[in-house]
Amino acid sequence: MNAIRYETPRSVAEAVRLMAADSGARVLAGGTDLLVQFRAGVRQPSAFVDVKRIPELMSITIDGEGLRLGAAVPAALVFEHAELRRLWPGLAEAVALIGSTQIQGRGSVGGNLCNASPAADTTCALIANRAQCVIAGPHGERTVPVDTFCVGPGRTVLEPGELLVAVHLPRPAARTADAYLRLIPRSEMDIAVAGAGVSVTLDAAGACTAARVAIGAVAPTALRVPEAEQALVGSPLDEASLQRAAAAAAAAARPIDDKRGTAVYRRTVAGVLTRRAAAIAAQRARPGNGHD
Amino acid sequence: MTKLHIETTINGEPVEFLCDAHETLLSALRNGLGLTGTKEGCATGDCGACSVLLDNRLVPACLVLAPEAHGRAVTTIEGLSRGDALHPLQRKFLEHAALQCGVCTPGFIVAAKALLDANPNPSEEETRYWLAGNLCRCTGYDKIIRAVLDTAAEMKGSPA
Repeated sequence: MNAIRYETPRSVAEAVRLMAADSGARVLAGGTDLLVQFRAGVRQPSAFVDVKRIPELMSITIDGEGLRLGAAVPAALVFEHAELRRLWPGLAEAVALIGSTQIQGRGSVGGNLCNASPAADTTCALIANRAQCVIAGPHGERTVPVDTFCVGPGRTVLEPGELLVAVHLPRPAARTADAYLRLIPRSEMDIAVAGAGVSVTLDAAGACTAARVAIGAVAPTALRVPEAEQALVGSPLDEASLQRAAAAAAAAARPIDDKRGTAVYRRTVAGVLTRRAAAIAAQRARPGNGHD
Repeated sequence: MTKLHIETTINGEPVEFLCDAHETLLSALRNGLGLTGTKEGCATGDCGACSVLLDNRLVPACLVLAPEAHGRAVTTIEGLSRGDALHPLQRKFLEHAALQCGVCTPGFIVAAKALLDANPNPSEEETRYWLAGNLCRCTGYDKIIRAVLDTAAEMKGSPA
């Protein structure tokens, strides 16, 4: 066996060259998935390409366009960012739910996305916020909507030689807010049985003019649910419309039975969490709650 | 196999060591540098026994590669006392008998230091959530939480 290499590219271009030159190279961000998989023998990379010395992957920028979140920024830095928390409370709560304090010092939103677990908490929040994935590769940069980034458990659209550089979230319109909820049987340190991320936009009269709904841990990938969005748009986000969205989310779920829950239970919970997350997002979006 | 030459700072002192690319920081600390205060529990980031500070950020040393420490600052349990004077957290853990077998204790104390650095006056609930990633199979946790809260109370107004 050849020795495993450890590389510390200082630029995206250098990282792409390293990834393109060696099909066995793996991107190392926080290592909270990769190093566990490595130790278990699930992955045997020929090189760890540590991207944490590339400024673009380690920075948070918020401007008039929105949020540019570097793919390797540790979770703790995301939810410690006051302006990010104010504009995207649902994304911040999804990030804050992952793992322990120790894991949050390492694990990143980009890593959570690239690991492509069906139960990844941040992926639902990214879908609800219309995030775009900025991908660099040997043929240049491309952008992919986050709801098409994961294609199955552990599988993404990343081609050989490509890496995720950042996710971009458009700045929320007036009276727009998000929320994320998950169910776990414990109060901390567990993986979602089901999750739901919702973003809603209200008009001045309080009617919903736009919505995004995503559910997690109930299909091979996190799912955007257009039927649930249609149930919310045009409504005053009253109980009847929230119930219709819940029913649509439950109908869209394609869960499996496993140790964390039965398919029947997960389907029900996906609906309940969709309703509750939509209600929280609506409350946040109402005038006077910081999202005017 | 060529070893990597790493220059880092550990507990305030400049340190150099050699390691393999895939060696963990935990292994480098314990096996290479003889700093065995940091413990290995699960080796998968679930138990908190290997908690250290990397550039003042609480991390599991089992999920950090040793070469990542190059140019960074690492704080381990060995860096908390001042000579023979224990850190207030260490003293309070003894006073409250907040340990039995002791394997989880260095991780708890390093994690609690990170908590008090970030939030000198945590509530009990904040303390319990912050330490949720540190597992103890002996004490039932309550004495640990009391020790941390008592340390916070003592340190209030007196910079450590």
